[in-house]
Amino acid sequence: MDTNTIVVLLQSTIRVSVPLILTALAGLYAERSGVVDIGLEGKMLAAAFAGAATAAVTGSAITGVGAAMLVSVALSLVHGYASISQRGDQIVSGTAINFIAAGATVILGQAWFQQGGRTPALSADARLLTYKLPGADAVRDVPVLGPIYSGLISGHYILTYFAFAMVPITWWVLYRTRFGLRLRAVGENPGAVDTAGISVVRMRYLAVICGGMLCGLAGAYLSMALANGFVKNMSAGRGFIALAALVFANWKPKNILLTCLLFGFLDALSIYSQNVELPIMSSIPDQAIQALPYILTVILLAGFIGKASPPKASGVPYVKER
Amino acid sequence: MSDFAIELKGIDKRFGAVHANKNINLKVARGTIHGIIGENGAGKSTLMSILYGFYQADSGEIFISGQRANIKDSKAAIAAGIGMVHQHFMLVENFSVLENIMLGAEESAILTKGITKARAELKRLEEQYEMEVDPDAIIEELPVGVQQRVEILKAIYRKADILILDEPTGVLTPAEADHLFRILAQLKEQGKTVILITHKLREIMAITDEVSVMRRGEMVATRKTSETSVEELAELMVGRHVLLRVEKGEAKPGDVKLSVRNLTVRDSRGVTMVDNVSFDVRAGEIVGIAGVAGNGQSELLEAIGGMRSATSGTVTLSGQPVDVTGPGDPADMRKRGLAHVPEDRHHTGLVLKFEEAENAMLGYHRDKTFGQSFLLDVDAMRKDAMEKIEQYDIRPPNPRLKTANFSGGNQQKIVLAREMERNPDVLIIGQPTRGVDVGAIEFIHKRIIEMRDQGKAILLVSVELDEIRSLSDRIIVMFAGRIAGERNPDASEGELGLLMAGVENKLEAAE
Repeated sequence: MDTNTIVVLLQSTIRVSVPLILTALAGLYAERSGVVDIGLEGKMLAAAFAGAATAAVTGSAITGVGAAMLVSVALSLVHGYASISQRGDQIVSGTAINFIAAGATVILGQAWFQQGGRTPALSADARLLTYKLPGADAVRDVPVLGPIYSGLISGHYILTYFAFAMVPITWWVLYRTRFGLRLRAVGENPGAVDTAGISVVRMRYLAVICGGMLCGLAGAYLSMALANGFVKNMSAGRGFIALAALVFANWKPKNILLTCLLFGFLDALSIYSQNVELPIMSSIPDQAIQALPYILTVILLAGFIGKASPPKASGVPYVKER
Repeated sequence: MSDFAIELKGIDKRFGAVHANKNINLKVARGTIHGIIGENGAGKSTLMSILYGFYQADSGEIFISGQRANIKDSKAAIAAGIGMVHQHFMLVENFSVLENIMLGAEESAILTKGITKARAELKRLEEQYEMEVDPDAIIEELPVGVQQRVEILKAIYRKADILILDEPTGVLTPAEADHLFRILAQLKEQGKTVILITHKLREIMAITDEVSVMRRGEMVATRKTSETSVEELAELMVGRHVLLRVEKGEAKPGDVKLSVRNLTVRDSRGVTMVDNVSFDVRAGEIVGIAGVAGNGQSELLEAIGGMRSATSGTVTLSGQPVDVTGPGDPADMRKRGLAHVPEDRHHTGLVLKFEEAENAMLGYHRDKTFGQSFLLDVDAMRKDAMEKIEQYDIRPPNPRLKTANFSGGNQQKIVLAREMERNPDVLIIGQPTRGVDVGAIEFIHKRIIEMRDQGKAILLVSVELDEIRSLSDRIIVMFAGRIAGERNPDASEGELGLLMAGVENKLEAAE
């Protein structure tokens, strides 16, 4: 494999990792606060639709991103109301959001655009912006360093840089701020938070709203950057993969970056091998490679990485004991 | 300023049909240790939760230092200078001591600055109150007694003048409890007011200045501790005269019914919990196993009961050898005439969501009495349960009620009735009266003695040394998985205490 192949493969890895990172971080905020978020998939899908539809109609990418975040946060609040205020079953509520998103996006898309559930292709203005790092053109022809800097690191969507920046930022928020301390505490022992005079309900709502915003960005990225408009069920299980990456990462921001890149790389590999003949890859069926992230997750979670230690109160509604 | 740190006037609270607090009046003098006692469910915890803003009273007034206070949540309680150490600690287990202390009192949005300040303040408090803790230790790695100290420090860090402790000694070893009392005395000396909720009368006598007694949601009396007695307090708590001492005749030991030889048990981590233990229990005697919790007593009981497999050793039941190194089969042990009252009734003794009648036969559900085919005979179950309810005075007398709705003492009676009424040869009992109120303790103790006098062989494990001493005919002390010694029940508390602490002879202890 030459440098070029590697750069192409890695660039593709970065491209497909972005929604995983954003969504896994979204899940991190929610689950660290004690709210299990299985509805990531649905929220991402709904956000993808809202973003593409709004951008197609208004022709503005920013408005599209705003709409995507709005819809995702709204769904997060529905999940929050069911699981925080009403103390309902968080898995059921999350699953319901997945179903609603899968159905509603298609029905609304057909009703509004009559293109079989698709949204119209986006004009150049309505898509997300890419950003060329300074000096990218100048060093393009330098051997090794050139392709890495200008091909691999430069020229991504602004949202891509944001997603990668969110990893250290999330770490900092979680471990160096008051909000983070309380967030981690409320997911471990909400009683301790309550008796310290802090509202458990408020903390959890804030957490799901953070998650909703990140998930909305992931959705916008799908339909306004990776693709050129919304296609039915375009999230294609990425929400679940992100959830697996979150578990696999043991709910830690740094590990999320690594697991998402790993899953992204496997995804990139399967896309690449569909187009180009690779020495070993050609003998393996595509489906097997596409299934790899899922198989890997099951194997790893089955005990290879040791015991996953989720936040103790995750999935448990908080009730003051009588 | 008022002489009273706290004054409650006419506090009333209902939870649905339950009238938890009825028109409570209470005055707590500043700078004293005030005890509040009462049986489980008497309303002590509810009252303190109202004071700490966890619940709102339906009516009544709270005065803090003479000022009327509206305590609408925990935040308001903290602001009023009230700190609470809950029975189940309100600590985040995977946080450090420092993080737990700072939680909710961080001072600024970014932690760095607050951490330095908190560290310094914590050090000052530790010195002032002689409470050493490592600020960077992780809570779950600390012993329970130290965790409790963190809870106390947490309250003082928030500038609490009034400290409420809810059943603080339930989880402590005798030595840790003594240490806690020294800390409380220290706090009192520094001018803090301490409210101690407990159902252990001896603690009240040992440390409080005044004591208030609650019964069925009412405040029935307040006494100066120096002017009352254990007997009077017990009577006030229960509402009738209680026998605190167990009356029993001479034991008439018969044949060996349970024989344990060289039993060794390792837990899942490979740590040896029971180390080469041998002893016999004869028909018609009670052998008590004393020891601080966690010295292998639980594992010993579980291995004999067939709930945990032993690494090596033999157990003989009524002359028949039992395979204790195999996977374990509690049902088989039951068939062989061994009944087991497990230590933890909530996790292993009962299914709390089941109705009483179901729990009253669980484990014996294959018995023909409860159904001939694969269907259960519900009527027979309830009839059988009703008989036990009458015999053991289980209240409320309703076999269809969910078990979770019974009090701790009545739940324990359900387990005891189930295991004792099968006429076993050998009875192994763990913590028969943990979390059980005084009235029920009296009944349970009497029943255990009756079983002995009927010729049963009884192995009793309890962390309450008093209980072991008053019930047992022989006492075995366990320390670090081994038998540290065997004594007669008239051995002094000090002597047994030394064995429990692993001190082999008295000279060493004296040095």
